[in-house]
Amino acid sequence: MSGLTIAVPRGALFGGTLDLLDRLGIDTAEVRSNDRRLLFREAGIVTMRPSDVPTYVEHGSADIGITGKDVLLEQSERKVYELLDLGYGHCEMVVAAADHGDPIGDALRRLGRVRIATKYPRVAADHFAATGRQAEIVEVKGSVELAPLTGLVDGIVDLTATGKTLAENRLRAMETIAICTARLIANPVAHKLKAAEIDAIVEQVRG
Amino acid sequence: MTHPIPPGTRDVLPEEMRELRAIGGRMRQAFEEAGYGEVHTPALEYEEVLLRGDERAAGARYRSFDDQGAVLALRSDMTIPIARVVATRYTDAEPPLRFSYLAHAWRATDRGVGEPREFLQAGIELIGVPGAEGEAEVVALTIAALDAAGLRRHRVGVGDGALYRDLLTSFGVAEEAHLPLLEALSRRDLVGLEGQVAALGLEPEKRDLLVRLPQVRGGADVLGDTPGLEGLQTLNEQLEQRGVADRVIFDLGLVRELGYYTGSVFEVYDPAVGFTLGGGGRYDELIGRFGRDLPACGLALDVQRVHLAQAAEEALG
Repeated sequence: MSGLTIAVPRGALFGGTLDLLDRLGIDTAEVRSNDRRLLFREAGIVTMRPSDVPTYVEHGSADIGITGKDVLLEQSERKVYELLDLGYGHCEMVVAAADHGDPIGDALRRLGRVRIATKYPRVAADHFAATGRQAEIVEVKGSVELAPLTGLVDGIVDLTATGKTLAENRLRAMETIAICTARLIANPVAHKLKAAEIDAIVEQVRG
Repeated sequence: MTHPIPPGTRDVLPEEMRELRAIGGRMRQAFEEAGYGEVHTPALEYEEVLLRGDERAAGARYRSFDDQGAVLALRSDMTIPIARVVATRYTDAEPPLRFSYLAHAWRATDRGVGEPREFLQAGIELIGVPGAEGEAEVVALTIAALDAAGLRRHRVGVGDGALYRDLLTSFGVAEEAHLPLLEALSRRDLVGLEGQVAALGLEPEKRDLLVRLPQVRGGADVLGDTPGLEGLQTLNEQLEQRGVADRVIFDLGLVRELGYYTGSVFEVYDPAVGFTLGGGGRYDELIGRFGRDLPACGLALDVQRVHLAQAAEEALG
């Protein structure tokens, strides 16, 4: 028991996060054995999609939370404090395109703009704007890899851990936008009013 | 039939209005009793006058033209208009001057949905009382006004907006390298800040201090062993004399976005809600920009947020 409410991401960061909480002495047995329940009051844990973690922490419904840097980059306007790089969940945010030819370069040369599919529209738009290229951003909700294969777009911006999914869809990473790992974030008010509890966790993680 | 209103604005209906009026009225009374007379200034000002106060603070997104072609802007806070009033209407008045307000301000945020762009502020400005003495008066009155409004658990965070910048300068970090560091600090991106500090190539003790400082917060005991905190220590003594030191959290990483703050900065919290209720600080150069050189500090509370906190406290029992 830390006395804090912790927002825990389900999905790719779930296992690493529960291992971390175990090391902090927070009992996660109940969370591990029950993948339907969302709220574990006795352990002070709420589970949710990674992209919802900043929302709950910003509002103060959770005091602290764990989510990927990719989520924080996309939701950069959220008023949350980023306290620690937790190291696990290592991924790269990349621009990827077909592994033969240069569809992005071709589109820019001939048409002056490129079409990019992504689940991270702001990260993608900022990256292309910052590098002086006009990009039309197409937001998709499901498998981004499908978009260039069907001719919807010239390339994608997505998160890749091993590059395996990209390779299986005959795509390759062309540019790295950012390295993303799991981050510990905190609500600004809780950071002041529950300073001792939050510092205890930060110090334990830092080791 | 639905007729739209601009995003970030809203209609207030009688039930809520009564509660907002009650809260605002109690805060106004607390200000008046402390000698802070209420002022009213126009919602619309000449943009060039607001810009004289602070380019970023005056960056109101709501602009218009009058029949002479002059650019008008809706004020984005009350501090700049009051600085203008002091310099133009109180040219010879003996300081200190004390003013309060209960007035709307407008700020267009990038964040589209649900974020208010028109908000009612209750605030105070104390002009002509330098240093810790003025700051302690403002902090103590803020706490008293929120007591009057019905809050019980509120706290005021106090930091020194110049602390980190001064520390960087004293460590020989070039001025042009400050901005990205201060931006990471103001977002409290401590991971990004640590990376940037590491890249400065300073000696280990200096590097550790720059990384550790933004995480130091708590009671007066946190002011112990860091250099450059004499101002905050004096402020703590003044707060103790006023009997409010236990309501204050010193936060060495606290900075506020507005460009006109020159020293101490304040933020107001309530444990029942996850957002700040208001903020302020010392702005010793602002009134001088309008032509009367006087030190000043002030604080503004968002009345709707105070109302939300009061309701949340009530629900907690």
